[in-house]
Order: sequence, then structure tokens, then C-alpha cells
Amino acid sequence: MKRINPRQNFEDTCKKIGYVNRKNATQSDYDRIGFMSGLEVHQQLLTDHKLFCHCPAGIFQKPEEFDAEVVRHMRPTLSELGEYDGTALMEFKTRKEIIYRLSHPTACTYEVDDTPPFHVDRQALDYAIEVALASKMSIVGEVHITRKQYLDGSIPTGFQRTAIIGIEGSIQLKNKTIRLIQMSLEEDACREVSDIGHRRVYRTDRLGMPLIETVTYPECMNPDELQEACNYIRFLNRSTGHVRTGIGAGREDVNVSCKGGTRVEIKGVAHAKWIPELSHNECFRQWALLAIRTELQKRIKKEDFKIRALELNPAHFNFYYTPLQEAMLRKEKLYAVNLPQFAGLLSHFTQPGKPFYDEFAGRLKVIACLEKPNMATSEDVDDVVSDNVFEKVQQLLNAAESDAQIIFWAPEADVKTAVEVIEERALMTFDGVPNETRKSFANGTTIFERVLPGADRMYPDTDSVPIPLKTEHIEKLALNVPDELQGRFAQLREWGVPEDCYNYLSTHNYFPLLKKMVDELGIPPKELGVFMGQRLKHLHGRYRKLTFAPARLYDLFACLQAGQIDSAIAYNMLKVLFEHPKIDFDSILNILNFKRITKEEIEGKIKFIASKFTPCRKDTTAADKRNYIMGQLRQLSEGNLALPDLASKIG
Amino acid sequence: MSNDIFQGYKGEALAILQKYNVHVWDNAEVETTRGHFSGKVLPRAENTDDQHIVLKLVTGYNVGIDIATVIDMSGVTVPQPKFQIPEKEFPYTKGLPHVKLLGTGGTIASRLDYRTGAVIPAFSPGELYGAVPELAEICNLETEKIFAVFSENMGPKQYMALAQKIGEEIKNGIEGIVIGHGTDTLHHTGAALTFMCQNLPVPVVLVGSQRSSDRPSSDAALNLMHAMTAAGHGNIAEVMVCMFGPTSDEYGFLHKGTRVRKMHSSYRSTFRTIGDTPVAQVTREGVKPIKSSFNMRRKDRDVKIIPTFDDRVAMLYYYPGMKPDMLHAIIDNGYKGVVWVGTGLGHINKEMYPAVERAKAEGVHQYMTLQTIWGYVHMFVYDTGRDMMARGIIPAGNMLPEVAFIKLGWALGQTHDPEEVKRLMLTPINDEITEREPYNGYLVYQGGVPEVEEFIRKVHK
Repeated sequence: MKRINPRQNFEDTCKKIGYVNRKNATQSDYDRIGFMSGLEVHQQLLTDHKLFCHCPAGIFQKPEEFDAEVVRHMRPTLSELGEYDGTALMEFKTRKEIIYRLSHPTACTYEVDDTPPFHVDRQALDYAIEVALASKMSIVGEVHITRKQYLDGSIPTGFQRTAIIGIEGSIQLKNKTIRLIQMSLEEDACREVSDIGHRRVYRTDRLGMPLIETVTYPECMNPDELQEACNYIRFLNRSTGHVRTGIGAGREDVNVSCKGGTRVEIKGVAHAKWIPELSHNECFRQWALLAIRTELQKRIKKEDFKIRALELNPAHFNFYYTPLQEAMLRKEKLYAVNLPQFAGLLSHFTQPGKPFYDEFAGRLKVIACLEKPNMATSEDVDDVVSDNVFEKVQQLLNAAESDAQIIFWAPEADVKTAVEVIEERALMTFDGVPNETRKSFANGTTIFERVLPGADRMYPDTDSVPIPLKTEHIEKLALNVPDELQGRFAQLREWGVPEDCYNYLSTHNYFPLLKKMVDELGIPPKELGVFMGQRLKHLHGRYRKLTFAPARLYDLFACLQAGQIDSAIAYNMLKVLFEHPKIDFDSILNILNFKRITKEEIEGKIKFIASKFTPCRKDTTAADKRNYIMGQLRQLSEGNLALPDLASKIG
Repeated sequence: MSNDIFQGYKGEALAILQKYNVHVWDNAEVETTRGHFSGKVLPRAENTDDQHIVLKLVTGYNVGIDIATVIDMSGVTVPQPKFQIPEKEFPYTKGLPHVKLLGTGGTIASRLDYRTGAVIPAFSPGELYGAVPELAEICNLETEKIFAVFSENMGPKQYMALAQKIGEEIKNGIEGIVIGHGTDTLHHTGAALTFMCQNLPVPVVLVGSQRSSDRPSSDAALNLMHAMTAAGHGNIAEVMVCMFGPTSDEYGFLHKGTRVRKMHSSYRSTFRTIGDTPVAQVTREGVKPIKSSFNMRRKDRDVKIIPTFDDRVAMLYYYPGMKPDMLHAIIDNGYKGVVWVGTGLGHINKEMYPAVERAKAEGVHQYMTLQTIWGYVHMFVYDTGRDMMARGIIPAGNMLPEVAFIKLGWALGQTHDPEEVKRLMLTPINDEITEREPYNGYLVYQGGVPEVEEFIRKVHK
């Protein structure tokens, strides 16, 4: 039997669909595949309490730190047409036992759905309205709490309570306007501890924390625009000063489609900087799936496609693959499935390092609860079970040369679902890109997470009443809305603050502080912008967090001004401040051995120091001499005399 | 007609809709001072204000529009789809027990109307099979809706009708009965049926749910499976309440109808046996008895139905400083029985004594139960207790207040002879008064204690 070389095939198909890596991709590449993308930006609000109960918000527990556990199973409820929707059906197939870990400080009976919701947290509602106003949205007249079904167990009720605050806003990027569909206020979900086999464990600490979700129209035409939009929304959220920051406080869902593809949602991207690579790869993945579809349709009609599954007797094979050997020791069943006309498709390129068969493995893990590695194929790029295994399998299955085969191993109870999953995914190949949500990895690739839920999973929350929003109240909140982000960027540009400072200043919302210092202390804005956007950022990065209250920066410069001390010393003072966040500024000056000394005194020393300079190289220049003098006088002058002034005196 | 197309709207909101000729279910475009909104006009819930119009956006979310902000509005009428509950025929399996499900109005299974959020109950075997297909593996099911009332509206009339229905079903050879019921007064009904249906040959299991079945985390499906298992396969032929043991989806308890009480307003594991252990644990695998003796399932059909009730019975929950006029008012209104819920061992204040005496003189039967829920009435410990007994209040042992109330109504439905009423009241039919209180019958552990914390960390609550 003629066999294809899977690795070669993977590389060939990658070329064939015209995959380019992101570094080399141009707008014309994105136009060619019809890149289209939008965002759902989630941001936790900086409230004292959770959204629907009075547990404190922002306290977290470690995975093993819990006081009690509760077990639940999620059952699909019938949708309005009497059918279970796709996700519901899938989640039910998985028959997951869901364990919630409760910790006294962070969970009450509301978290485990043993108490109805309390009134919505007013602080959260007002913060959300402010962000919606800043996003130029139409604010609703009455907030209706809606239930959005989630059957993965991430919320113990089986639904998320969520409400629309505003619709139809916009954000202004450098070169285009991106429209916003809506902003909602919702409760955050549990954090997953583990998901092995039929058992999924969650922590309930984050559950119920207030979160806003800003949804854009799919108007970003390349990955960079997408990232710019994401950053803009994040910075806008932060500019209100009402949102949480730090790991997990902001998460993005990225919706991507290619020309002829389907909306696929990449869930919970934790870092905005991953977005470009993820969206790039997802768009090409869809492009590849369409190429696979075209090829398959050429070979066989969907209605003629029949898979064949057969139980294998492991004794007849000689497996060297450890996971397989272990599975046999666990008395799992071994099955082979024939996929007609799939030769050369299973090893088709989909994502960097991920051939098409990875889509099957991902679904087996999620839907049939088979831990990976859960299968091998006749086209494995890294051949794990050796060729002659599949030769035998092909004989047993009466397979044609143009067919491909999967073997999988599973506990007996999961075999039926597993075969169904393989058949289902194989049939989906005829349709192109399945509707699904995908989980992201740092390397820019994704795996199957869930079937994308339908629109029919929203229904009113019968446990809560609508909350009217009076115009006077909205007008009052509008007074707190910060100046527009675009306006801030324009101001920074006008001041001559370099663009590389904007991200840091916006990430931490330091613009208001910067502006206040410029306005009230009269510090040159460019100098201060660079001081904060580069030097403060550098130390912040080194210490991983700002150890002191940002307002101390104001006090620091005010103190220098009061003492008529030159601001060149500020950076050294900042270093000490990071080490000793509570220290007073006089003590910092003492630590730095700062002595008040007049300009004239410093200048008086120039001559003496100059006389000490002894050239030690043949090619010593005047500049070396200047630098020597500067070096000797630097510490003395810092704070007393601006260094450029000193330099000019040295001449 | 106008009610139909403006469902739930009233006052100013209704006027606005009429002004722009926009109806419920129309696809509407609304221009407001806060921006433009488009969506489907939804009915307005009762008891809400007349200042807002509800729209369902295309994303599925609902929002309210403040009518004061409306500048312009237009609507396009779209045909309203009809919805049906899917019915699949409940399969008949030879060899499985025949169980009858009697409906009283609580929603056991339901499906949701996503447009309105209304819960449409599923009740026929076909509908139930669509929602809980596992039931077909437990029993062959027949259903009958007897009445449609909320739990809090269940009363003597319904108890008697249910009792008679149970009698008929047993005579017709049913192998187990499940009664779907709202949870608020599940234990009242449990007590009433215990007194009205004596010498049962088959299990009668009352079941409800603490989370409606329109939510994925509902306890309804599992409770129903447990109840069907207990009714069809269990050997305990008593009136029992079947609800969650722990709040986790693990097992259910079967509680005697006379010793059970709803102890939390919203927990799934709200029903607890008071002063004793539950009769049994139940899982989908079967019934595992906890108590060593109970009434066994029998082949005969010799049930005794005593459907009587005199509803001139009241309960008086004593509070410090209670005035005698409370009792006088009850006597004046012609009540024939009073169940006192006294403090501590069973006390009320001295000021009440003359009224108590008057009640006795006027033929009002008075029994004492406890606010402490657990424990026995002990009226010999203090003089005051003896004083009360001398004036006609009879201690009701460790009978739960709600059970005493039901039993007194049931007894007065048969006789008004004080001695006979007393005999009926104090002769237990199924452990409503127990001779002994097992030491594990009162376990209200307090959180925070290291060993308790260790327990709840290890064992699913």
C-alpha cells in the first residue's frame, strides 16, 4: 500500500493554502483570506462586594485551600423549540461530575445556588454605567437581569446573571472607528482547578465578582487593529479608575472568521499581547479547514460518507507506545475507526505544529472525557505506534488506499460517545468550519473547548426585578466620566511625550496624575512624561509592582520644588522609594548623601578636577576629559544643578 | 383584544405604545434621547411600573426603555411562532413497577419559554420523558393532575381529595404513588396523608424541588428519580417526603411525613427529620434503610382511608407579653381547637390563664407544642406547666407544631368528645410522637469548631 509521508504532507499543505507567519504577513494576505475579527473585553470592577451577594470581592484562595465541597451535575433544559441546543447536548454527553470548592471568606450560600440573588451591587452598577458613558453608548432605561446558560459547570446555577447597561457605542483608533455592540454587567465565573476524565473541579472565589463585558462589531481587518482595539478598550476601562487590574482581572474573547468561514470564539485570552498571533493563526486554521473541505468534497459526497468502527484485540498487536500500554493495563478498550477518503487530510496543516487530526483528539478529550493522548492515526506526524500497526488495522477494516484511520483507547462506558464524536467531527469536515469556542495557548495556537452556544440560551432572571435608571442619576454619573482617551493621546503628543510611553501611562491610568503635576507644579510635561513612561516603568517592572501610593510621586516633585532642588535627583529618589515605600523624602535625600551646595561652588571645582585628569590612552579626546569631570561632579550636582547646565559650564 | 396586543402594559407605557401603534411581539425601532434601540417588544411583567417598555435585543438580552426618553417609535408586526412541549411516548418496559404520579400544581419538570422567561410545566408522561428520560429505566409511569395550586394554597380540601385518590389507586393495584408538590407545605401534606391513609400497602412519596427545573442545576430531575425509585422499588410502605440529603447531587432522604420539616428557605437540603433519623437514604440504585423498623410493602390492598378535617383549628405562636385577647378572638370566632407553640418546655404567660380557662369551658381543645422544634413538652417540671394543664392545655409530647395542627384538624373532623380527641391526638399513627428520642436525632452542629470544619471539608454537604 502506498503511504503518504505525513510530515511532508503537513509542510506541503501549509504551503499550498498559502500560510505565512505573522511577521511576514501583510494586509494583502489578510485580505486574501478575508480576516474579520471582533472582541469581547471582560474587565472586573473594583467593587467591595460581589455582584449579587455580600461576599467580599477580590479575595482569592489557592487550589487546595477550601473548607467544603459541593457536587453538582448540569442537566440541559429544553429550549423553546423543544430541542436541546448544541452546547447543552455536548455538555450532557460528557456527564461531568462537578465539584465546587468553597472557602468561608469568599463564598456564601449564594455561590452554590442555595440562596436566591440579593439586590444588584449599586457600586458595580454605577461603575458600569460610567464605563458605558465613556464608551459613548446609549444607556438603557431599565436594567433587566438575564440568565445566560452555561452547562460546563463554571457557574453552579448553570447560568450567568448578566444585564445590558448600554448599546451602540464606538471607540476611535488611530486610523479608524470601531463600533461597539453593547456593554453588559455580569457575574464572573469559577476558576477551574482541574478537569480530568469525568471530574471537573472549580474554585468559587472569583465566582460572582462583578465584571463588565464590552463587545465590538467584527470590524478589525488585521491582528494589529485587533490589538489596538483591545488596548483601547482596556485603557478606557482603566481610565475610569474603577476596574481591577492584575492577572485575570481582564480577559478577552476574540471572535475570528475568514472568508467563507464561521465565527469562532477564542475564549479567555489572558494577555492582550497574545491576541495578534492567536487571531492570525485562527484565521489561517479556518482557511485550512475550507481547503480540506474542498478536497474532501472532490472525493466523496457527505451522504455517502460512512465511518466504520471496530474493536481491536490488543494481543494481536505489538505496541511500544507507553500511553497505549498503560491504557491496556487499565483494561480500556481499543478501537479502530476508518475514515473513507481521508488520506492526506488527517495530516493536513491547520495550525503551526498542529495537523488536522488534532481537532479529533481535542473533541475526544472534551466531549468523551478521554485524557490525551487518546488516539493515534495512520498519519501521525510523529509516528508513535509504527507503520505495521496501521497496515494490520487497514486490513481489518478493509480500508481503501484513500482512507485514513484513527485508533483510540477508552474506558468501555465512553466508547460509544467517542465513536460518535469521531463521526460527528468527520461529517463536519464537509461543512468547513465548525461553530466552536477554542482555548488559547501562549504559542498562538488553540484547541477545541466547547460547541459555540446558540442565541437561545438567554432568558429573564425570574429571581430579580428590573432596575430603572433615572436620567438625573445618569447625568450625575456622567460628571465622573474621564476625558476621552483619544484626547489624552493628543495631549501627550502635543507635549512631545514619546509614543512608547502611552501604553504604560494608560495601563496604569497615570495620565490624570501626570496632568495634575504638570498643571499644579509646572513641571515640563515632556520631562515628566518620560520620567513616568520610561523610568518609573523600568523600576515598576523590576519590582513587579508599585510599592507605594502613586500620589507620592506628586509629593516627591512638590517636595523638590519646595526645596528648590533640581529634579535630576528624582530618579535616584524613586529607587529608594521603591525599596522603602513609606519613607519621608528628607530621609531619602539623607540616604542619597545629598548636600546642598551652590552652583558657584560646583563650578569652582571644575578647574581642580580638570587638573587631575590624566590621559591614559593615546587617543584621549576632549570629550573624555569632559566625561571625566562630569563623572566626578555628577553626584554632587544632582539636585543642585541640572546636568546639561553643568555640561555647558565644563564646555 | 387590546389586552392581548399590549400584554401587561398599563398607564403611561400603554399610552405610548398605543400612540405609536406598536404592539407586544412587534419588531420595534425606538428613538430615544439616550440613543436608538431596536428589538422585539416583550410583555410587561405584572406588578412593575408603567414607565418602561421591554425590548428583547437581537443578542437575546432584554432591556427596558424609559418612556420619558422616547422621541419616536415604530413597529413591524411579525407572526408569533407557536410553541409546544415536545412529547415522546413514555416507553413501557415489562417487569418494571407501575407508579402513579399525582400532580398538585408544583412544577416538577418544566420547559422554558425563552422569549418571556415563563416556565411551562411538563407533566404528562410523554413530557416528563422528554425532560427526564432516565425515568423510563425506573418504572412504568402514569400521571394525573388532580389540582393546580401553589404549595401555600394546599389545604384541608386538597388533603382529603388526595387521600381519596390514593385509596382508589391502591384499590386499582398501583405499586407506588408519587405526589408532586410545592415544597413550602410539603410536610403539612405529609402529616395529613399519614393520618388520612392508614395501613398503606405501598409507598406514598411526596416530592418537590427547591430549584425550578428550568435551570440546569435544578434538583427536580434527581428528586423525581429518587421518588420514583422509592415508590416503585422501595419496600417502605409509608407516607414519606423525598428530597435532597446534602445540597450536593448525591442522595436523597426519605423522611416520615410526620417527623419532617422544611428548615431553610432556599437550601436544596432543606428537609430534615426532627428528633429522629430519616427512614432511609435513596439513590438511583435503590433505597437503603436507615431505620431498622418500618411498615413493609404488602401485596394486599387493605388501606384505610379516613378523609376527615375540621378546619376550625388555629395555631398560636406565643411571644413575650402576648395579650389574652388573641385567644379570646379565636374563641369568639368559633374555633374548636388551638395548637399552642410555647417557649422552652412548653410555656405561656400567666396573664393568659383566664382566657385558657374560658377556652376549655367553651369546648376548645388545646394542645401544647414547642418553639424549640426539638425535644418534648414537659409540663411537670415547673408549677406553671401544671397550672396550664389544670386549665385544659394538653402536652403533645414531641409532636411537631405543624403536625399537631394537622392532626387536631383531622381528629376534630371525627369527634368533638374531649377524651376521644385526646386519645386520637396522643396515640401515634406513625411516630408523630415517639417514645424515645435517639441521641442522633438532634444534630445541629455549629460551624467554626475544628472537628466540624474537618467534617464539612471531608464530607459533601
